[in-house]
Amino acid sequence: MSRSVKKGPFIAKSLYKKVVEMNKTGERKMIKTYSRCSTIIPEMVGFTISVYNGKTWIPVYITENLVGHKLGEFSPTRLFRGHAGSDKKASRR
Amino acid sequence: MARIAGVDLPNKHVDIALTYIYGIGHSSALKICEATGIDISKRMNDLTAEEINKLRKVIENDYKVEGRLRTEVSLNIKRLMDIGSYRGLRHRRGLPVRGQRTRTNARTRKGKKKTVAGKKKR
Repeated sequence: MSRSVKKGPFIAKSLYKKVVEMNKTGERKMIKTYSRCSTIIPEMVGFTISVYNGKTWIPVYITENLVGHKLGEFSPTRLFRGHAGSDKKASRR
Repeated sequence: MARIAGVDLPNKHVDIALTYIYGIGHSSALKICEATGIDISKRMNDLTAEEINKLRKVIENDYKVEGRLRTEVSLNIKRLMDIGSYRGLRHRRGLPVRGQRTRTNARTRKGKKKTVAGKKKR
């Protein structure tokens, strides 16, 4: 079920504060955040936000068509390097 | 045979026949019948030309079907892939998109089984 419209989009308070402040001062700094579950709001467009994926921060440049998604969607948490032995098979052919 | 939205409809009860159109399921088919005032116990071949035209009009105006719906769906998927979101990645890889398990099953997305040598219990 989708979130109630009454509540508005979820965004972590600390992140929201930083975004608002940067909009006021017009500064362009990278914001580092752990808050993967925050919704991307129109105010963030143009910023680069570094989203933690459990190991490192992945920089995400926010464009207009990312609005409405969550930050975590753009910072993959898993790295698939292929199965063991699948290289061998490919080279044998 | 009646042709609506580029699909030949079979000679079945009206509500069932309408579901042969991509984008119309049983519940919207029932709604269409109600809107046009067509008795659903009638079969497709028993409809008059006028009734068929009515159906055509309602479907054209109020529903997105066939080609237009297909392009919309594929555009939505393409958008996800272009913005580099997790869901887009899963579409690209041909894996389940909504968090289902992939250790077993997921055959609809992954296609036919590819056997991997030495993948057994130790």
